[in-house]
Amino acid sequence: MIAIALAFLAGAIILAATGYSPIEAYGALITGAFGDIFGIAQTLAKATPIIFTALAFLFAFKCGLFNIGAEGQLLVGAFAAALVGISFDGLPALVHVPMALLAGAVAGGLWGFISAVLKTKLGAHEVITTMMLSYVALYFTSYLVNYPFKAPGGVSQTVAVAPSAVLPLIFQSTQLSASVFVAVGLVVLTYYTLQKTTLGYEVRAIGLNPTAAESGGINVKRGIVLALLISGAMAGLGGAGEVLGVHGRFIEGFSPGYGWDGLAVALVGGLNPLGVLIAAVLFGALRSGGMEMTRVTQVPLDIVSILQALVIIFVAAPMLIKYLLKKGGHKWSD
Amino acid sequence: MTLAVEMKAITKAFVDVTANDKIDFNVDKGEIHGLLGENGAGKTVLMSILYGLYRPDSGQILVNGKQVEIDSPSRAIELGIGMVHQNFMLVPSLTVAENIILGKEPTKSRVLLDTKKITDDVKNFAERYGLNVDPKAPVHTLPVGVQQRVEILKALYRGADILILDEPTSVLTPLETEELFKAIRALKKQGKTVIFISHKLKEILEICDRVTILRRGKVVGTVSAEETNVDELAIMMVGIQVACTFTHAQTERKEVVLKVENLEAMNDRKLPALKDVTFEVFASEILGIAGVEGNGQTELVETLTGLRKATGGNMLLENTDITSASPAERIKRGISHVPEDRQKRGLILDFTVLENLILGSHSTPQFTTGRLRLDLDEASGHTEKLVNDFLIKTPNKDALVRHLSGGTQQKVVVAREFSRKPKLIIASQPTRGLDVGATEYVRKKLVEMRDQGCAILLVSADLEEVCALSDRVAVMYEGKIVAVKYPKETNERELGLLMTGGKCE
Repeated sequence: MIAIALAFLAGAIILAATGYSPIEAYGALITGAFGDIFGIAQTLAKATPIIFTALAFLFAFKCGLFNIGAEGQLLVGAFAAALVGISFDGLPALVHVPMALLAGAVAGGLWGFISAVLKTKLGAHEVITTMMLSYVALYFTSYLVNYPFKAPGGVSQTVAVAPSAVLPLIFQSTQLSASVFVAVGLVVLTYYTLQKTTLGYEVRAIGLNPTAAESGGINVKRGIVLALLISGAMAGLGGAGEVLGVHGRFIEGFSPGYGWDGLAVALVGGLNPLGVLIAAVLFGALRSGGMEMTRVTQVPLDIVSILQALVIIFVAAPMLIKYLLKKGGHKWSD
Repeated sequence: MTLAVEMKAITKAFVDVTANDKIDFNVDKGEIHGLLGENGAGKTVLMSILYGLYRPDSGQILVNGKQVEIDSPSRAIELGIGMVHQNFMLVPSLTVAENIILGKEPTKSRVLLDTKKITDDVKNFAERYGLNVDPKAPVHTLPVGVQQRVEILKALYRGADILILDEPTSVLTPLETEELFKAIRALKKQGKTVIFISHKLKEILEICDRVTILRRGKVVGTVSAEETNVDELAIMMVGIQVACTFTHAQTERKEVVLKVENLEAMNDRKLPALKDVTFEVFASEILGIAGVEGNGQTELVETLTGLRKATGGNMLLENTDITSASPAERIKRGISHVPEDRQKRGLILDFTVLENLILGSHSTPQFTTGRLRLDLDEASGHTEKLVNDFLIKTPNKDALVRHLSGGTQQKVVVAREFSRKPKLIIASQPTRGLDVGATEYVRKKLVEMRDQGCAILLVSADLEEVCALSDRVAVMYEGKIVAVKYPKETNERELGLLMTGGKCE
């Protein structure tokens, strides 16, 4: 919290230095994000995909893994969901929606699984493989949406999914869809899994001390595979939610970097599922309130990016440094 | 004769142990001087002080007759002292020549590396000392023995006249060791002084002119290699003053719990660590494994617990072959393991006491409901019981194990492993680093478990401990069980000899 306050203070200095009134700007930001029901809905809508990707990062991190490929897992998940949404017609929504969501999770999970196999079989570091596979996902979905599955017209997008596959909007004329319920449900499920199940116990044991976990009879490789699989599935589910709830189709470039925001949000949220929820809402508020701020005060939208970056620097950077020091410390004591 | 190094009354204490206690250590110019002692005797600390890695709490150092303050390795290098560590400090992707000149690079017009000159320099240099290496070979492609040669050359290139070799043979094959010895003798001929750290008696006798023996941070004596023998050195090094106390009469022989036949395994460097190891452990028996550390005990324990793959032979637990069973399966079958490194292997320091106490049993029906869900109520009750039974000093069951004292941490491990109703307990260095009270407690518990019918394999570097607790003692040396002795039929002197590769008559 102190770090976030510091970030806003630093942001105020930048605003003042560039000739804007920080009070006015922040006022507009807050009114925009939380001032009325539409603002709040828009804030939550912007937070939703980031919740998924942040949980994805968090879950892998608890197993000692750096999955920085949530972006790619989200994209393949989104495309798979769109494909299932388009391909079937006349199914009841109660079947079609879960099916499409599941397809998204499976595709994202598969993307994570590839990195897991590369790590456990060949020893390839997951930071490299998840990131590289992100680019593969980006260009692969780009190809699919520009050629085989391109809808007629100038935009690189698929045709709309069947009405039976659409996640309903909660507020008309906002982007807040039922996906937010899935997201919140996943927050609870993640917390529960990590704290109350044998799987979560094993994942955390591996993350904290793989050597002792191994001695305790935990299959470390299996744990790593499962963690990356689940992590990827979470991000894929987020992509599916965007396609089925917000856009109704796969549009190239629909994600402005949700995967990366998720990494930051997971760290800002203290690598704790509930913290992730709060941090995601904060980031969502910056996004949605930023529009209002620009409209009312003419402060350029870029200041939002600056604020986001400041929050990350003040919150996440010290944590990362601490983490790296800890890792380094282990090496020294070897 | 002049002294190359003179260390006077060096004392160095760490938080819980005095590593060097008023040590006097002299090395003549041009001699090969052995520094002998068990692990933890203070050899490496003493040499780290000489090399400027540690500052002594008190004492003086004279190099070539002049008193000096060595506050950093670079100061040591200035004084002509070089050290080759057990773990090499080479850049694997650079070539031999690049590694050797690192920090003293010859350049063309100050910025460009003079690669030709580097290669030639290194080549000439290596030839001068008879240490053959290919200057252009990338270091990571070289066998360990050659990498060590590169380390030695690196030290010499920086002008070392006094060369410290820290356990140089521990990573080498016998053939590589021979070559190293040739090189060391050649260095002596060139007038260099060599300090050779080892716990291997035969090597010390083979290569050194004089030997200084350390035990528990103190100098036991300095002797000339020609005037001593393996027996004398062994006694000085192991130093058993307390007579073995076999307090318990062996009850009648019960059934075999663990049977190990012709077991073979490799160490981390892919060298054979276990050679044809065969033994049995009976129910209601403590079999002690005595040995100087590094003779295969760690690998034996890891192989028995399924953490290391056996490359030959087999293991039977109550007549069931477990040679290829996973660690989890072995736990399930009743093998408990108290690992030698409790913080690395035994515990998850950032887990709570409760979480640590169920490790290994966390997926058993006792602690799960509906197969996937942890039964935290059950775990909680279990934790309370163990905290009481084993007198674990913790503020509560949710305290992180990291914040407990070393003795309490070990009690957590012991409580977890002993409460599983094991058939076999493999206890490796179970009292290392513990205070007297905790040591007594762990030993008492081990005996208790034995009396309840458990088979116990006790691996300890502390001969006194092995003697005090074991019903039978197996001696390990260089990856082999060289003898199995009944306590009544042996004495500390014989064990000391066997541990250090001596023959019993």
